[in-house]
Amino acid sequence: MAFDVENIRRAFPILNQEINGKALVYLDNGATTQKPDVVVQSLVDYYHKTNSNVHRGAHRLSQLATEQYEGARSYIASYINAAQAREVIFTRGTSESVNLVANSFDGFVDAGDQVLITTLEHHSNIVPWQQLCERTGASLQVVALDENGDLDLQDLQAKLSEKTKLLALAHISNVLGSINPIKQIVGMAHARDIPVFVDGAQAIAHTHVDVQDMDCDFYAFSGHKTYGPMGIGVLYGKEDWLNKLPPYQFGGEMIAHVSFEKTSFTTLPYKFEAGTPNVSGALGLEAAIRFIEEIGMEPIIAHEDNLLEYATDQLEKIEGLQVVGKAAHKTAVLSFVVEGIHASDIGTLLDQMGVAIRTGNHCAQPLIDKLGYHGVVRATIGLYNTKSEMDVMAEAVNKAVNMLR
Amino acid sequence: MTIAEKQQEVINEFSMFDDWMDKYAYLIELGKDLPVIDDQYRTEQQLISGCQSRVWLHAAYHDGSIKLTADSDAVITKGIVSLLIRVLSGHSPQEILSADFDFLETIGLKDHLSPTRANGLVSMVKQIQLYARAFHLKSMQ
Repeated sequence: MAFDVENIRRAFPILNQEINGKALVYLDNGATTQKPDVVVQSLVDYYHKTNSNVHRGAHRLSQLATEQYEGARSYIASYINAAQAREVIFTRGTSESVNLVANSFDGFVDAGDQVLITTLEHHSNIVPWQQLCERTGASLQVVALDENGDLDLQDLQAKLSEKTKLLALAHISNVLGSINPIKQIVGMAHARDIPVFVDGAQAIAHTHVDVQDMDCDFYAFSGHKTYGPMGIGVLYGKEDWLNKLPPYQFGGEMIAHVSFEKTSFTTLPYKFEAGTPNVSGALGLEAAIRFIEEIGMEPIIAHEDNLLEYATDQLEKIEGLQVVGKAAHKTAVLSFVVEGIHASDIGTLLDQMGVAIRTGNHCAQPLIDKLGYHGVVRATIGLYNTKSEMDVMAEAVNKAVNMLR
Repeated sequence: MTIAEKQQEVINEFSMFDDWMDKYAYLIELGKDLPVIDDQYRTEQQLISGCQSRVWLHAAYHDGSIKLTADSDAVITKGIVSLLIRVLSGHSPQEILSADFDFLETIGLKDHLSPTRANGLVSMVKQIQLYARAFHLKSMQ
């Protein structure tokens, strides 16, 4: 089936509206994506037909809900090519996935050890590790970037040492759009027996994710950045690692046996899913990924790469505008600054013209500081964006810049 | 002029604009025209938190009235803060504390009053009120 963007857009009623009297151009997909009808319908169906608590009821509905919830887990596991369904833990999102591993990692890090991250991480993949270091007396090391926004792999190599207990890095930068060579990096880390945690928040909707091919030890992503519902996310972990880590939260299905003297915990994946899980969210995420699969990741990549290249060319015609992030492999993210003009002024005027983008530090303050900016404008592309929207955006930026000069 | 009269004056000026472009062009102009803040006040201490753009706000108290000066690295933010200064500067702490800010909504800047809004108008208003309260307490000592 040919990639038909107009047909795809019909699945997203939210896109068909006016903001400030102008047709909405939604280019804040890096913050959250819109949800297609099938995802919304899956939530409605669940609450209309199946809602029940999972894993415990002796009754029919509970069995159905459990089957569907575990069905979503299996489906998602096979989508990311996990070896086992139980290696997929449902969380609230990427941030919770990072926190889960960071909080469970105390026993693997001693005073004087190191945890390695990179300059292009967003706060959710910095602060939990920083807290781990503070609790354990380890130190946080940071891999440098080159001038294009690519990771400096020599620096990475130099910072992988016998003291390094974990490497955590983004698959794709939320500010620069750089796609990191995860497979190669995992190889470098594994050569020294260092486990690798990959933050896939910006990757899951924009590129192929094959956790066995990358061979990463952990992979995290959010449902809402991949056309799924808010409040659901995934932590993938290799079974060995997940078995080694202690539970993160306690209560509910994760318990095998409780007495007031001692509690034993159940096995994967329930060990990490305390309390009643977000069943509807898991089903919505399954629906979202099925939606993506039906369109096909290859056509999505081709479409988004085309738009990114076209929009970059259009924006670069504007005098004084500089695209931030020129990594060799880049996707879906188009950040820029304009000489002498503040990002927030551009954002305010674009909003008046119906163009939704984000400005500021994008929850990646250390990176923005390192690049020497007080904020950048960021347009992020989704599968439903069109070439004519890129024209509207570029024209709006041009108009804003002319007004502000 | 009272604060209310000055607010009415601003409302009258903005009522002449037919579309958003004219309005923002005017705010940009106001921003560019705002007298530069004395360099000694462009410090971390005068920086208002909660703004995506940096805003420096200084208040001085003289003979019963507060004089406000401000600067920002974003020009629309500067235009908005210049409206606040025009309306509030030169008035007593009590007058400032009893002023309402409905005029910002009337001139169509309601969006900017949302607490999450990047330009931090809410933070600016709060900071001015904080200065007024401090000077008010000081004047009673």
